[in-house]
Amino acid sequence: MNNFRWIRGIFYGVLILYAIITFLPFAWALSASFKPLEEIIAGGLNFIPHDFTFDNYRNIFIESPLFGRWFLNSVLVGVCVTGLNIIFNSMAGYALARVKFPGNSLLLGIILAVLMIPGQVTLIPGYLILKSLGWLNTYQGLIIPSAVNATFIFMMRQFFINFPKELEEAAALDGLSRWETFWQVVLPLAKPALAAQAIFIFMGSWNNFLMPLMITSDPGMFTLPLGLNTFKGQYISYWNYIMAASMVFTIPALGIYAFFNRYFISGVTFTGSKG
Amino acid sequence: MSLAKAKLGVDQNVKSRDVTLKGFWQKAKVREAISGYLFMAPTILVLGTFLIAPIIYAIFLSFHKVEILGGLSYRFVEFKNFLRTFEDERVWIALKNTIEYVIIVVPCQTILALVLALVLNKEIKGKKWFRIIFFLPTVTSSAVLTLIFIWIYNSNGLLNGLLDFFGLPTYNWLGDPSVALKSIMIMNIWSTAPFFMVIYLAALQDIPRSVYEAAKLDGANEFDQFINITVPLLKPVTFFVMVMGVIGTFQLFDQSYIFSGGTGGPNNSTLTVVLLIYQYAFRSLDMGYAAALALMLAGVILVTTLIQRGFFREEKAN
Repeated sequence: MNNFRWIRGIFYGVLILYAIITFLPFAWALSASFKPLEEIIAGGLNFIPHDFTFDNYRNIFIESPLFGRWFLNSVLVGVCVTGLNIIFNSMAGYALARVKFPGNSLLLGIILAVLMIPGQVTLIPGYLILKSLGWLNTYQGLIIPSAVNATFIFMMRQFFINFPKELEEAAALDGLSRWETFWQVVLPLAKPALAAQAIFIFMGSWNNFLMPLMITSDPGMFTLPLGLNTFKGQYISYWNYIMAASMVFTIPALGIYAFFNRYFISGVTFTGSKG
Repeated sequence: MSLAKAKLGVDQNVKSRDVTLKGFWQKAKVREAISGYLFMAPTILVLGTFLIAPIIYAIFLSFHKVEILGGLSYRFVEFKNFLRTFEDERVWIALKNTIEYVIIVVPCQTILALVLALVLNKEIKGKKWFRIIFFLPTVTSSAVLTLIFIWIYNSNGLLNGLLDFFGLPTYNWLGDPSVALKSIMIMNIWSTAPFFMVIYLAALQDIPRSVYEAAKLDGANEFDQFINITVPLLKPVTFFVMVMGVIGTFQLFDQSYIFSGGTGGPNNSTLTVVLLIYQYAFRSLDMGYAAALALMLAGVILVTTLIQRGFFREEKAN
């Protein structure tokens, strides 16, 4: 029994130690965002600011007039990409799972094959295609190429394959077409899968660095990660601003995560179970 | 063609009941097919334009010298782009850095993820809170994490401060070429392990308790159970975690870009293959060569995945 308690103690020790390791960088960044620059430069390992201030948050919007714009760009792109993905991936997943049409299995094969191709291969040709469409530095350039996602199409197909057929048959007897059945019967019942998908897509878009880096060169079209990176160059020693901006950037994502935590975990599990 | 047939079926429906039925069937089939394509239309359009076409285009580009200034023009150069990679010193540096990174990060993050999952799978109070805290780095943007870490890694930053406090040696985490890549490794193990932990946790919860109870009756202790039950049953998940890890780590970009301001420095020590591809494509505007490099990277990733699969298959057979 004593031995048992000892092991239990080690378990808690490991968990608490790792929780501290995980949390420390965030706490340190949060604390810096409330410190005046002099206090940061002076060094010191105090997590509670001696001279607590909100000025950093106020100043990033004043010193960097584009900061609000970057934030809105990120929100707009994230919301559009998420909305389009939910609709398009579900439509495609449903068709691949349930609708009989010539080329169904071929399309599924292509989508599975595409999953194997690393993103870097399409980076350069994708850039040239966007360039020839005149979509560099535009919202459609940031949104449309990410409007569907092969991984989640496959995930939705797996979801719809296990979906009870009886409901659709009942809908068909009621004279609903495939299209009507999908929107009125199937999609409302797929909400948990859609929620998991939405969170992943939104986070992916919100945090994406490489795509916007390639597509945008006009600072007015930057998304937040790019804007944040220019902070580093611009104010290399103004860590108070960088940390305040980082917090403004991170808090919406954390809010969504805290709110949808349940779906998030089930989403990871879903992604994992396909392997 | 089949649409015309279906119409024909409708026109003929006065002639005989048999034909009407056939026509009805075909009409339903055609309608079904049309709705199928309708459902697939956005996917076909977007994937076609921004994924399939670019893949073919990438192959085309890799055999050409591409001029993008003053209108797009191509000159066929056979295999020159591919051959050039073998003589390019920076390719070898980038490849060496990337492989070193993959070899260290993937096992470390997998083991860490497994350990955390095993502990969290026990009867523990406050499980939910631990899980929420552990998962924080996964939901935070790589740009933010990298900036926070650059600051923590500063020569007079938090990490050196803590090391000094405990009487441990301090390092120049960002500026020393022999340490810089390791700084990124530590950061990435820290930030990706929790994601894989959740996958492991789900798999652990799927193992039926009865298996362990049976083993206990046979006199197996906790350690035996772990080696003989948990590890073998987790093999498919471990395969998935390793493959995802390898694919992810081979594509390291954001962190080294932000760390080095896009240069891959100090002294090329954080130069990765994807960063090199980016530099050739968007700094030197050498798109053809960059496309060839990207294809070769895809080849390396594919081969590694296949080797891993072979390895895991073999293990299974034994």
